[in-house]
Amino acid sequence: MGIFETLTYALPELALAIGSMVLLIVGVFLGDKSARQIAYASVGLLLVALLLVVVGPSAGRASLFDGAFEIDAFAAFAKVIIFAAAAIAILMSQQLIDGKAGGRFEYSVLIVLAAFGMALMVSANDLISLYMGIEMQSLALYILASFNRDSRRSTEAGLKYFVLGALSSGLLLYGASLVYGFSGSTSFDEIARVAAADPDNAGLIVGLVFMICGLAFKVSAAPFHMWTPDVYEGAPTPVTAFFAAAPKLAAMALFARALVVSFPGVLQDWQPVIAMIAVASMVVGAFSAIAQTNIKRLMAYSSIGHMGYALVGLAAGTREGVTAVLIYMAIYVAMTIGAFACILMMRRRGGMTENIDDLAGLTKTNMPLAVVLTILLFSLAGVPPLAGFFGKWFVFFAAVEADLVWLAVVGVLASAVSAFYYLRIVWFMWFDEPAPAFERDAGPTLRFAAWGSALLMIPLLPIFIGQLRRVAETAAAALF
Amino acid sequence: MIESFASQPWLTMVTFAPLVGALFIVAARLVAKKNADGVIEGEALTQLERSSKVIALGATLVTFAISLLVYSLFDPSLAGFQLVEEVAWIGGGVSYKMGVDGISILFVLLTTFIMPICILASWDSIKNRVADYMIAFLVLETLMIGVFCALDLFLFYVFFEGSLIPMFLIIGVWGSKGVKEFAGFQMSSKVYAALKFFLYTLVGSLLLLIAMAWMYATVGTTDIVALQQFDFPAGAQKWLWLAFFASFAVKMPMWPVHTWLPDAHVQAPTAGSVVLAAILLKMGGYGFLRFSLPMFPDASMDFSPLIFALSIVAIIYTSLVALAQEDMKKLIAYSSVAHMGFVTMGIFTGTKQGIEGGLFQMLSHGFISGALFLCVGVVYDRMHTREIAAYGGLVHRMPLYAFFFLFFTLGNVGLPGTSGFVGEILAMTGAFKVNSWIAFFAAFGVILSAAYALRLYRQVIYGDLTKEALMGIPDLNKRELFLLLAPLMFFALFLGFNPGPVLNVFAPSVDLLMDNMNAALGSAL
Repeated sequence: MGIFETLTYALPELALAIGSMVLLIVGVFLGDKSARQIAYASVGLLLVALLLVVVGPSAGRASLFDGAFEIDAFAAFAKVIIFAAAAIAILMSQQLIDGKAGGRFEYSVLIVLAAFGMALMVSANDLISLYMGIEMQSLALYILASFNRDSRRSTEAGLKYFVLGALSSGLLLYGASLVYGFSGSTSFDEIARVAAADPDNAGLIVGLVFMICGLAFKVSAAPFHMWTPDVYEGAPTPVTAFFAAAPKLAAMALFARALVVSFPGVLQDWQPVIAMIAVASMVVGAFSAIAQTNIKRLMAYSSIGHMGYALVGLAAGTREGVTAVLIYMAIYVAMTIGAFACILMMRRRGGMTENIDDLAGLTKTNMPLAVVLTILLFSLAGVPPLAGFFGKWFVFFAAVEADLVWLAVVGVLASAVSAFYYLRIVWFMWFDEPAPAFERDAGPTLRFAAWGSALLMIPLLPIFIGQLRRVAETAAAALF
Repeated sequence: MIESFASQPWLTMVTFAPLVGALFIVAARLVAKKNADGVIEGEALTQLERSSKVIALGATLVTFAISLLVYSLFDPSLAGFQLVEEVAWIGGGVSYKMGVDGISILFVLLTTFIMPICILASWDSIKNRVADYMIAFLVLETLMIGVFCALDLFLFYVFFEGSLIPMFLIIGVWGSKGVKEFAGFQMSSKVYAALKFFLYTLVGSLLLLIAMAWMYATVGTTDIVALQQFDFPAGAQKWLWLAFFASFAVKMPMWPVHTWLPDAHVQAPTAGSVVLAAILLKMGGYGFLRFSLPMFPDASMDFSPLIFALSIVAIIYTSLVALAQEDMKKLIAYSSVAHMGFVTMGIFTGTKQGIEGGLFQMLSHGFISGALFLCVGVVYDRMHTREIAAYGGLVHRMPLYAFFFLFFTLGNVGLPGTSGFVGEILAMTGAFKVNSWIAFFAAFGVILSAAYALRLYRQVIYGDLTKEALMGIPDLNKRELFLLLAPLMFFALFLGFNPGPVLNVFAPSVDLLMDNMNAALGSAL
């Protein structure tokens, strides 16, 4: 393949990389007053990239740069959701982009760069490109976490995220170097060959476990979840909304590709590890969230639990398992964006409120918001006929089919516990006496994001779940 | 012409007609005039309330009409599923498949018949958030009809679980006031009841979800007909049966997982209690008949002693508990648990009489306990208390009420001539054929039910009218008399004197069920 043909396959990533550089230069010349225009340009850029993924040559299948960068249906599935989620995240951030403190144009460019890193992650088929993708994404996210540089909480969140992120990158690198040392190659396909030929290679397995630890940190699975609540709470809410959605999907997709493509021969070695991480995440997510009073912290624990459910599908290690992970993550991203759009609408006298108590009696003061949030919460709890239930069904089915019935049983028990804290918010909104009303000028994009994802929960997704499943199945098949 | 008429998707229509009504009310809510804070009030609110009541009543009546049409298209002489619709849905063996047989058609009719009564019962007694209330009820109706029409286990589960959401809100938002101490902190008792209802049922059903996943992985489809024909290995049957049992026993509810029911009944508004008693509980019994018996016949027979033991404990123990209640609704709730004990006992005898008795008892309980909750609602609307001690001597002021209350009380006891008698006697005959001791103990339940029901009646209706507050209590109004209690009384009497038509609808399906079961049991020997 000639260099130009190779590059055509990487067009979406190239568009993002070059586009973000151009926006940075333009932004420097125009200054912060152009923040809004830069934001719209960034959204446009992401949509162009999305379009290129769907219709361009990158919709096909190819292996670029000596196998380091894989173009397939799996990557395309993840990229579409990542770009869409990133674009919506920018639109939901008006408050930061033209806020009182004066917006800064770098904000949207950083999100584009993070999306670029995520695109690299989901296509990475080599230890080096894997690490490059993760760092590209993480560096952008560290800055975003501390974006409110005058706020102590935000700076603290950024610093905490950075230090712990560096630690996890260290673990990942250490594992990767072990794997490279014992297999003699950084390519996933080559590692797979060596691992299958010599499944008792202890060095390879130790390296794999270190890599799993590093990746578990990125998806914020227990016991590597400690940073999540603090970072979620400290970071500005629009940033948290972004953190909770797209990066989780990218890391999970990377996780799936790394395990399924490079270590299928040693499934029996990594399956128990993933299963234990899944159990720990589901349990931590279910029980720790009960006592939370801050809704952002609650969402942090909720996302830890949801990563646990997604990992149940990954633990199966089968094609059904990967399909389930993709469906679960797609639904999770939609639910999370909607939930954070609602949280962003919790504004009173110009300031954000984050306490669950502030939602009391919301049905009496702001019925539309209450209905949307109720739908999303029931969906997060996994109650049919809402979309969250279908996600859970696919992961539990994959686990049962892979003879991991015990894991599915732990999963359903955890989801019964977690139903309690979602219901607690519902009962505050519906059964309690009203707290002072929120401001009603939420802005069209927030309302659009909230209603859009609520409509996705009912009735659209349950009707079209078959189509989603077929797309996810094709995507998952690319890894096998 | 006739052919194409019959092949319309009638079951889908009957299922989703209430939902369409709910959407109309949502639309009315959206177009209603709002003040600056976005709250509907004053004249606009009155108008919205009136129109939502009318829309809800209209929707439930239309649904009832469609269900009658479905019944007329249904051929009761045939066993097996009729009016089957199938549309691709999730794929891979999970489809949107609807159909009815002799067992489910009557539950569909029961649901569509009870719902307009529930709307009418709430006509004056619900004062706040009327539009939301009607939406919740219509959504609930769609989900309940869906449960009985679904011919795909996955679809069944979606409807079965989905009904938790509207019921949770109905109990929590329109429940009665009161405070309860729980785990060291104060919470309002309706919230406690709503949560208990939700979480109990959720835990049970989630185990069913795992069993469903296992069955799907084994058989490759969730089509109920295919699953019924599949021969599950005996070892697996045991676990599957237990998982299904966990879900349906909670819903039914069977002792010892019945404790959510009295709380939910007491806190729910009158119409909520009626729906709960008349229809939601029946989903458990329906589940046993649709899944546990035909799919796991070996395990059903192995576990039947457990069911008999739990049923008898339910019949005797909860009857004794009912005897000690101070709250009218709680008393009727406990009596429901006891009556459901007859149902489970009858179903798991595996005899024709037992199964038909269980089915008949469920239908009859739908009319009678629904009516009893309405009777409590009538005096609750007037006096705002459910305490038995607050009443006495009502016969002097409310003769009509005393008449209806007496009739339904006797129906609850199982007096010959009422539908309650037929179900109990059939279920006991079935039990007698299996083991006469079971029938012996179950008969105690009949005696005890007379004790608690007549005690309730005596304390509320008879005696002198001494309480000051009761002096001005008015008798039944026309709405309560003609629209609520009279239709229920008609059916309770009609089925009591002439159970044949209903039993004939059941019979072919029950026969088929028994044949398949005996064949499966025979081949296992």
